[in-house]
Amino acid sequence: MFDSLSERLRKTLSELTGRGRVSEADVDAAMREIRLSLLEADVNFKVVKDFVGRVREKAVGAEILQSLTAGQQIVKIVNDELVELLGVGDRTFHLQGNPAVVSLVGLQGSGKTTTAAKLARHLVRQGRRPLLVAADPYRPAAADQLETLGKALDIPVHRAPVGTPVVEIARAGVDAARRLTRDVVILDTAGRLTVDQALMDEIAAVNAAVKPIETLLVVDAMTGQEAVNVATAFHDAVPLTGLILTKIDGDARGGAALSIGAVSGLAVKFMGTGEKTDALEVFHPDRLAGRILGMGDVMTLVERAQEHVDASQAAKIEEKLRKSQFTLEDFLEQIQQVQKMGPMGQLMSMIPGMGGMAKEAQAAVDRGELRRVEAIIRAMTPRERRDPAILNGSRRRRIAAGAGTDLTEVNRLIKQYAELSKLMKQLSAGGGRRAAMSGLVGRR
Amino acid sequence: MFRRRRRDEVAADPDTSTDAPGEAAGGSDPQPAFDRPLFAGFDDDDPDAFRPGDAEARLEHGLERTRGGFMSRLRDYLGDGPGGPAWDDVEETLIAGDVGAALSMEIVERARQRRDPGGAEAAVRAELASLLVPRGGAWEPRSAAVGRPAVVLIVGVNGTGKTTTIGKLAARYTAEGRTVLLAAADTFRAAAIDQLLIWADRAGVQVVSHAPGADPGAVVYDAIDAAVARGADLVIADTAGRLHTKSSLMDELSKIRRIVDKRLPGAEPETLFVLDGTTGQNGLQQAKAFHDAVGLTGIVLTKLDSTAKGGIVFAIEHDLAVPVRFVGVGEGIGDLLPFDPDAFVAALFA
Repeated sequence: MFDSLSERLRKTLSELTGRGRVSEADVDAAMREIRLSLLEADVNFKVVKDFVGRVREKAVGAEILQSLTAGQQIVKIVNDELVELLGVGDRTFHLQGNPAVVSLVGLQGSGKTTTAAKLARHLVRQGRRPLLVAADPYRPAAADQLETLGKALDIPVHRAPVGTPVVEIARAGVDAARRLTRDVVILDTAGRLTVDQALMDEIAAVNAAVKPIETLLVVDAMTGQEAVNVATAFHDAVPLTGLILTKIDGDARGGAALSIGAVSGLAVKFMGTGEKTDALEVFHPDRLAGRILGMGDVMTLVERAQEHVDASQAAKIEEKLRKSQFTLEDFLEQIQQVQKMGPMGQLMSMIPGMGGMAKEAQAAVDRGELRRVEAIIRAMTPRERRDPAILNGSRRRRIAAGAGTDLTEVNRLIKQYAELSKLMKQLSAGGGRRAAMSGLVGRR
Repeated sequence: MFRRRRRDEVAADPDTSTDAPGEAAGGSDPQPAFDRPLFAGFDDDDPDAFRPGDAEARLEHGLERTRGGFMSRLRDYLGDGPGGPAWDDVEETLIAGDVGAALSMEIVERARQRRDPGGAEAAVRAELASLLVPRGGAWEPRSAAVGRPAVVLIVGVNGTGKTTTIGKLAARYTAEGRTVLLAAADTFRAAAIDQLLIWADRAGVQVVSHAPGADPGAVVYDAIDAAVARGADLVIADTAGRLHTKSSLMDELSKIRRIVDKRLPGAEPETLFVLDGTTGQNGLQQAKAFHDAVGLTGIVLTKLDSTAKGGIVFAIEHDLAVPVRFVGVGEGIGDLLPFDPDAFVAALFA
């Protein structure tokens, strides 16, 4: 996520960090890079101008230039400014009202329908009872899509016969929610081209009719310079209360959507991070700024781990690690648990200092390396898994045949496991994280 | 499973199409691609039917907005005022149109050095045009041999308008007298098959589909077999939108491509990459990844009826030499126009 921006900023800034003292010319060079970087990240050109201006002003202060840690200080200034850029507005997700009405609006193809389902699932996890309302009578099969998603999540979907006016659908949806004792209504409205006045009037009418507590603009993270105009146009039609940034699991740097905040004062409330309905995250500007700068996002990682990893099991593993009883069986379990937490590359990019490795890790997963490791461990007997020391040549050959791989792969895994258990011991005593993780993904 | 969708009253009537002179081309220089409607003559009471003159009007309308924000401002800057053209402003305007910062700087730099006798506007226009791939004649999906269908694979990231584009393409080639068969190979997204069936109904073409979640390669395989058996001329395959960074999904696409190659040796399927006109700089990465996976032969630039500018196309054509073939300018079935680079650049300045 935001790989390229963080990579480039890191490169520019590490040049600064590398030298200690910086001249004004150095700062200028860095600012040029940051400008280019942000522009290529689709941050709105006006926002970039302001941003670079503010960073430069702070960076060329005499005090900083005389300091030995000028590079780090510029990193901090950029980080602070990014947090400010990302962190405007009210990020609370409001759900007052009975039912609370949440309306999703946005351009065609931004991901409203998928996001509606994700949001509903998110609410169920919080103990709410959402109702999905298919208020897009224009796109062929849009209502079918929402219904299919709702069915998979076991969340009811309200839909109306073709030709029902959108305002009617919304009103009937709210009534249906009362009848079914659902406490949140999520309106999936039709995609729009901002220039279409008729459709803009229509969402304005829907808003007037059902008075949503949240009207969220769904923005594709890949959107270019146009994003600010889009947000402004929607904001003029209905009072928006925030943004949802979608498709952020690609390599789009998402700058334009972020600059909406700078121009409109609207906060990003959620991010869509994948195709599955659980891929929705609450937005944290400080974390994202850190991620952009390659400083990692440990908080998100910890949250995901808490959600997906059984706490008692984790405690057991930790205990084993401390007592150096971490077996290949545990290793296999770990691999499976980590995979539950999300795509490996995404996880890696959240760990400080490992942004650069994220791609490699994801590629390793995609090449099927983890699955091969799984296959090899599964080809072992329980005794072999508990005590790899007994693995002689004949056992190794049998395992290789059983796993459908060759002897070198088996040997590599056993060696990695040996290194890993050594590193795990160091890790539990602090440090050595990078090496341990690189062992885990089978880096050569 | 085959579902037959047909509308018999579909008829091409080229004569109705010549009475609306395209002004999109600008000036007195007629631009054939925009002057000539794509196809014409759906029944009149169908709200989605194409009507002669609509296409020009829509493109004109679409480009009007594009011009309003982008090129008309550019013209202001380029006008030979007292201080000469304000190059910084030109650069900024290009950046605002998603041309990209680095490329915009390059264009401006080269335009300055050009010292074009036609002035600054001619210089920038020439530089923009020089980034685009030179085109041969009109684009046509070709078949490998007589009696075998041509194949068009439609690919792209999520939400760019692939299915809509297929509906428009199907209508277009049906109107040209081809027998079109659609392959519903987006088996992943909920209701994608239903959406394609609705478009097929509007275009009056048949669809080969499997159940949701089925192997997309198998759908394409069956569609090709069905096309051969029924003597269809053209198979257009819908594929699931996928982010170009998901290598397993990109591998799946390569596999679909291989299935076509295996089933119809030497067919050289057209692979059209559908790009959302509002996409920013990420469009280039997308195009590169899809080009690596399936070998793109063309681009469809959609949603140009919004205020979007589609400036990333310059970088894509320049880097990959893959030409834009069509632009989508609306939600109706006739709202797909052939892309003519000269007309496009000229129209932007008009």
